[in-house]
Formats: sequence, C-alpha cells, structure tokens
Amino acid sequence: MKYITLFISMLLLWLLLTFNLHSANIIIGVIVSLIVTLLFGHSFLTNWKLFYNPVRYLWAVVYLIVFIWECVKANFDVAYRVLSPRMPIKPGIVKVKCSLKTDIAKTFLANSITMTPGTITVDVISDCLYVHWIYVSSRDPKVYNKRIVGRFEKLLKKVFE
Amino acid sequence: MNSISTVLLVIGVAFDLFGCIGLIRLPDVYNRLQSATKCVTLGTCSILLSLFFRYGFSDVGVKALIAIPLLFFASTVGAHALIRGSHIFGIKMTDKSIVDDYKDAK
Amino acid sequence: MITILLYILIALSFVCFIRVLLGPTMADRMVAIDIFGTLVVGICVLLVIITGRLFLIDVAIAWIILSFIGTITLAKYLTRKKLDE
Repeated sequence: MKYITLFISMLLLWLLLTFNLHSANIIIGVIVSLIVTLLFGHSFLTNWKLFYNPVRYLWAVVYLIVFIWECVKANFDVAYRVLSPRMPIKPGIVKVKCSLKTDIAKTFLANSITMTPGTITVDVISDCLYVHWIYVSSRDPKVYNKRIVGRFEKLLKKVFE
Repeated sequence: MNSISTVLLVIGVAFDLFGCIGLIRLPDVYNRLQSATKCVTLGTCSILLSLFFRYGFSDVGVKALIAIPLLFFASTVGAHALIRGSHIFGIKMTDKSIVDDYKDAK
Repeated sequence: MITILLYILIALSFVCFIRVLLGPTMADRMVAIDIFGTLVVGICVLLVIITGRLFLIDVAIAWIILSFIGTITLAKYLTRKKLDE
C-alpha cells in the first residue's frame, strides 16, 4: 500500500511536469515511476494512512495560509533591518523545546522556522531545536518558545500526527 | 492578468534587491544567510508566480507552479546545511551576538 | 520595462560575486554562490517572458536541483567529513 501511494504521487508529478496525455508519454511515466518506487519505496512515509484522511488536507490549507502570511511578514521585517541605517540586530543562538514526535513533522517545523521573521534553524537534536535569532528580545525560555514555535506547533500536530 | 503579473515581477525583483543589500551590509555569515535566504527565496517565488499569472494553466504555468515548492525546500534545506556546517567549522559569530547555546550541545 | 528588471537581476548577481571576492571566510563565499544560484532561476523566468522561448523554464527547474546539490556538497565539505558518510 505504501508503494502504491508513492507510485500514484510520482505518476501525478510526472504528468504535471510534462503536461501532455499522449500514450507514449504515459508509458514512459509509468516506467520511470516504477523504477523510482522500487528504489526508494522503503524510505517513504512510515505512516501512509495519513495520506487518505481528508480532514488533514483542510488543516494543511489553513497551515499554508498562516505560513504564507508569516513568510511575507518575515520579508518586510528583514528588509527593515537591512535598510535602516543603524541596523537593529542583536543575534544569538537559542535552544527551543518542541513537543512534536514524528520526523516529518519536525522537518516541516524546522523549515517553517527558517522562513519566519528573524529565525533560522541550526540543528535538531532529539526534541530540541537550536535556532539562530537575529534579534534576541528576551532570555526567558517561555517567552521565546511561544514566539518561535507556538505559531506552527498546534497546526502541524493536526496535519501530521 | 498581465498587469498583476508585472506587479508581482516588480515586487520580486525588489525583494531580491533587499536580499543582496543584506548580503553586503550585515556583519557575519549567520546574519547574511538570514537576509539572503528569506528575501531572495520569496522574491524568486514571486517571479515564478508572475509567470503562472501570465500563462495561466498551460504547460509553462503549471511548471512554474511546481517549481515554487521545489525552490522552497531546496533553499531552506540548503541554508540549514550551510549554517550548521559553518558553526561546526568554527566560524565566529559577530561581537554583537549575546547568546550561543549550540556551543555546549555539540 | 521588463528588460530593465532583467538588467537589475544581472547587476545583483555581480553583487553576489563582489561578496565572493571580499568574503573574509570560506562560508561567506559559499552563501554568495548559493544565492547566485537562486538569482539565476529568476533570470531564466524573465528570459521566458522577454524572448518567449518556453523551454527555459525547464532550465530553471534543473538549475534549482543542481544548485541544491552543489550547496549540500559544499556544506558537507565544511563539516570536514567524507562525502559518502
């Protein structure tokens, strides 16, 4: 079942990338997706059942909207810091705890943190994230846990766990 | 549709400009990576989106739409690898920085 | 109008090369090369709009993947490990 899910998504990606429905094109797509599935199928998502749960797709759309909004905000934030003559930066690397369990959710959390205002993930060690922050506004772990992770953690838990 | 596309193009090139100014002005490699990754990635995504608005649901538009998440993942994972590598390599943070928790964790 | 934007992007890639020349450490140069790869994608898209040659978007997608692999390899070199670990 895991292999079939990977095969279908690869075939869809192939059809979107080539964008024609000739029979020769579809046959090549099936062969290529078969090779990819046989080579990489064992390391695909461990929990394939989440793929067939429509509620998660709704939460994924909500997450995407929140993420795009944060991303646009991040860009104006960075533009302000770069263009202002005094350069208001106070950088540092802080340690943040997260409560997500699965690897895929942690990956998405780290990637989201990289695109949000003033933060970039340095490393993930078990359940701690090390985050480089361009303006460390407070040294209290509770405050920065809420400001860095709090925006995405609940949504990601609904999408991936 | 063409006017929306042109506006997105101008926004994208402007963000690319901010990112490159940050690449020159900011003091050390970590801060440069911050400004460069965020601004240049969203700027280029905006340029790709403008291509989608110009050509609609033809093959070029759909390819541009597929390239957006590809670019997102490529640039975030690349930035993550670069910042971790330069910290392990031992490049010093700027004098203005106030805390470094990662030093003890390695 | 759009040609002016193309000239701006090409000028920005020369700004990246200034950082490659100046960069006090090796990591600065790698960051500049990474950003240059992203800028080239933008240049490809603008060339699609200006010249109307639609195959250039395929060049852009291939460039994203190749630049990603290059960045990962350079970052691996920074951590002083062998490339097949």
